[in-house]
Amino acid sequence: MLYREAGQFKTSYAKDQAIFPILQDRVMMVLMLVVAFVGVPMLASEYWLSTIMLPFLVFSLAALGLNLLTGYAGQLSLGTGGFMATGAFAAYKLAVAFPEMNIVIVFLLSGVITAAVGVLFGLPSLRIKGFYLAVATLASQFFLIWMFNKFPWFTNYSSSGVISAPPRAVFGDFFVTGSSASPANKYLFTLVIVCVLALAAKNIVRSHVGRSWMAIRDMDIAAEIIGIKPLQTKLGAFAVSSFYCGISGALWAFIYTSSVEALAFDITRSFQILFMIIIGGLGSILGSFMGAAFIVLLPIFLSNAPTMFGLNISVDLISHMEFMIFGALIIFFLIVEPHGLARLWQIGKEKLRLWPFPY
Amino acid sequence: MRFTKLILAAVGLAVGVSGFAVSEAKAAEQFIPSLVYRTGPYAPNGTPFADGAMDYYKMLNARDGGINGVKLVVEECDTGYNTDRGVECYERLKGKGETGAAAFSPLSTGITYAIIERAAKDKIPVFSMGYGRTDASDGRVFPYVFTAPSTYWSQASALVRYVGSEEGGMANLKGKKIALVYHDSAYGKEPIPTLETLAEKYGFTFHKFPVTHPGLEQKATWLSIGRKLRPDWVFMWGWGVMNQTAIKEAAAVGFPMNKFIGAWWSGAEPDTRPAGKAAIGYKSAAFHSPGSNFIVHQDIFQHVYGKGNGTTTEDLVGEVLYNRGLINSVFVSEAIRTAMSKYGNKAMTGEQIRWGFENLDLTNAKLSKLGLSRFMKPVKITCLNHEGGTPLRIQEWKGQQWEFVSDWIEPMNDIVRPMIEASAAKYAAEKGITPRTCN
Repeated sequence: MLYREAGQFKTSYAKDQAIFPILQDRVMMVLMLVVAFVGVPMLASEYWLSTIMLPFLVFSLAALGLNLLTGYAGQLSLGTGGFMATGAFAAYKLAVAFPEMNIVIVFLLSGVITAAVGVLFGLPSLRIKGFYLAVATLASQFFLIWMFNKFPWFTNYSSSGVISAPPRAVFGDFFVTGSSASPANKYLFTLVIVCVLALAAKNIVRSHVGRSWMAIRDMDIAAEIIGIKPLQTKLGAFAVSSFYCGISGALWAFIYTSSVEALAFDITRSFQILFMIIIGGLGSILGSFMGAAFIVLLPIFLSNAPTMFGLNISVDLISHMEFMIFGALIIFFLIVEPHGLARLWQIGKEKLRLWPFPY
Repeated sequence: MRFTKLILAAVGLAVGVSGFAVSEAKAAEQFIPSLVYRTGPYAPNGTPFADGAMDYYKMLNARDGGINGVKLVVEECDTGYNTDRGVECYERLKGKGETGAAAFSPLSTGITYAIIERAAKDKIPVFSMGYGRTDASDGRVFPYVFTAPSTYWSQASALVRYVGSEEGGMANLKGKKIALVYHDSAYGKEPIPTLETLAEKYGFTFHKFPVTHPGLEQKATWLSIGRKLRPDWVFMWGWGVMNQTAIKEAAAVGFPMNKFIGAWWSGAEPDTRPAGKAAIGYKSAAFHSPGSNFIVHQDIFQHVYGKGNGTTTEDLVGEVLYNRGLINSVFVSEAIRTAMSKYGNKAMTGEQIRWGFENLDLTNAKLSKLGLSRFMKPVKITCLNHEGGTPLRIQEWKGQQWEFVSDWIEPMNDIVRPMIEASAAKYAAEKGITPRTCN
């Protein structure tokens, strides 16, 4: 009933090609954006903004980047953490070397640098695929982290190898990094970046670029026969994906924790993001957000829940319960819907469209 | 259905064991947050520290009814030594209680780095006791960070001084080889600049051996130390499982234990016990005594464990890391007490406790009043110097317990202090901070 689309006619090609062809979806999207841009900064407390919404957005962007590569182009990668670190350290070097450069340009350039690094490590994908490629990208993960640890030039010879974000404003007094930046500023800035990049990703995957990625993913020989060049397509996927991961790493270092060491982007980070897209749904933009929400928010909720309900449980027990419940839920969702949360949502939508007369 | 029942039973059991929170309406309560890690790869070291910190507050509440009649309310938050979880814990706890959090001691150099700016903005002191950012000892640039009683840089210089005296004079260090085995993170890298400077000054060669987190794989490291480089001395900046692995591997390549010295975070029972007999003779730095033969421990036995309210078991009271957690609580509670002497006996705000830290003077008389006589050296924190800079001692593992084998060793303040001030000035320039003046 809610999703009944009777009477919604598409009278032009543009309407037919819209991202959200159904009116209800458009209304919901606008509502969500209004809540995200106006409601959340007005109502959410500092704790919510800086420790729940910010990591959620940053992780969503990283998951989005990996989903473009793994979900759409079918190239399994375990180098996400390394690419995020590249973005973080590139942004730091740029911001410190050129203090007058606008922070937005710093982030975009760090994304471009990461894209170049991603292309370099994507080269093996031309010869190997599947699990073997995962191992090759794993090498990039270890190499990049080792490099940032080994050469003090990357941290401007900081004695401890920790980089700390210098204070920067987008315009005027709108500081987004440093101690004078308010959580609301940080949140809004991150939200704008994530929204713009998500919109771009959605359009990329609907264009010929995304379609050629999917062709390569589904059967690369067939794709080659119909005229898709594997070299450009695969490396293009690596470049775009690394661009997203790089910006997400820069956001992590500058906006979320505001100081970071290379260890924060170790192999567990790569796994974490891979789990996000597996649970959220491979090959789905929405799935990246759902997966990030699941992996980031659920542990925080689980560790807060006992105190919320007034139970006085020791902290180590809370942590261990968090691990157990979280693990059980992952298995539960993978059994119920192996194609991820996005698929669950899709099934729900199909049912709603037929409701109350299912056939 | 059976599954649901099981979960309900588990939750019920957990609640039953620990009991419900008893919240009574009290006149004044001071909220103290405690960032701990009782889980994860560093839990063997994090747990005794957290226990010691908790027991001291419990003892103050039971014996004196808190500080000057203000009851202490302590809440733990488990970080698992993860920086992002540490930030989450910080944000969760900073506003609790009637006056907000008293002071944060994250027990992780990574988390300390992440909350330094936040804490300065929220006006809450960060008490990183013997870890964290060394150059934060410059109180002009970092008004809200306290590194007392000593820092990694001071510790490195004291270790070199100790090695010099063992070699029969600092001049004999010339041509010697000193290796550093370190946790490849913000924590382990801190002493490197100091050791490099000292290597240049005293003419020894300095070799670095990074160990990646969590440090369970060190075979290659120790083969190249024990068979190839053969250094005269090895220092270790390790934490968690890395320490015991290093001791076992050093023994396996036959490196003499009496030439192997750990930092103060690499010298506790969880590090040496698993290595068995191999660990006998292993040394580490320390700024306080091991053991439970002090009056403060008797008070803890009487007022906390005597009432069945202890955080751990009695035989673990007095372990090295337990005592370190206890000392951490002593500093925080004495800072609160100092703040009360100026602002009155009520719950203090972070800003007032910052003043308390800055005017903290733990003299010998005060230490013995606290039941800590001979436990550690006196410390005085000033506006300029947030470190205090106490001397260190070297302790040795005798197979069952740690014992002091050296006298108190002064750090080389003449070398370390200018480095701290230069580094702090660089930080201030990068962040656009104008250092305040100290009179």
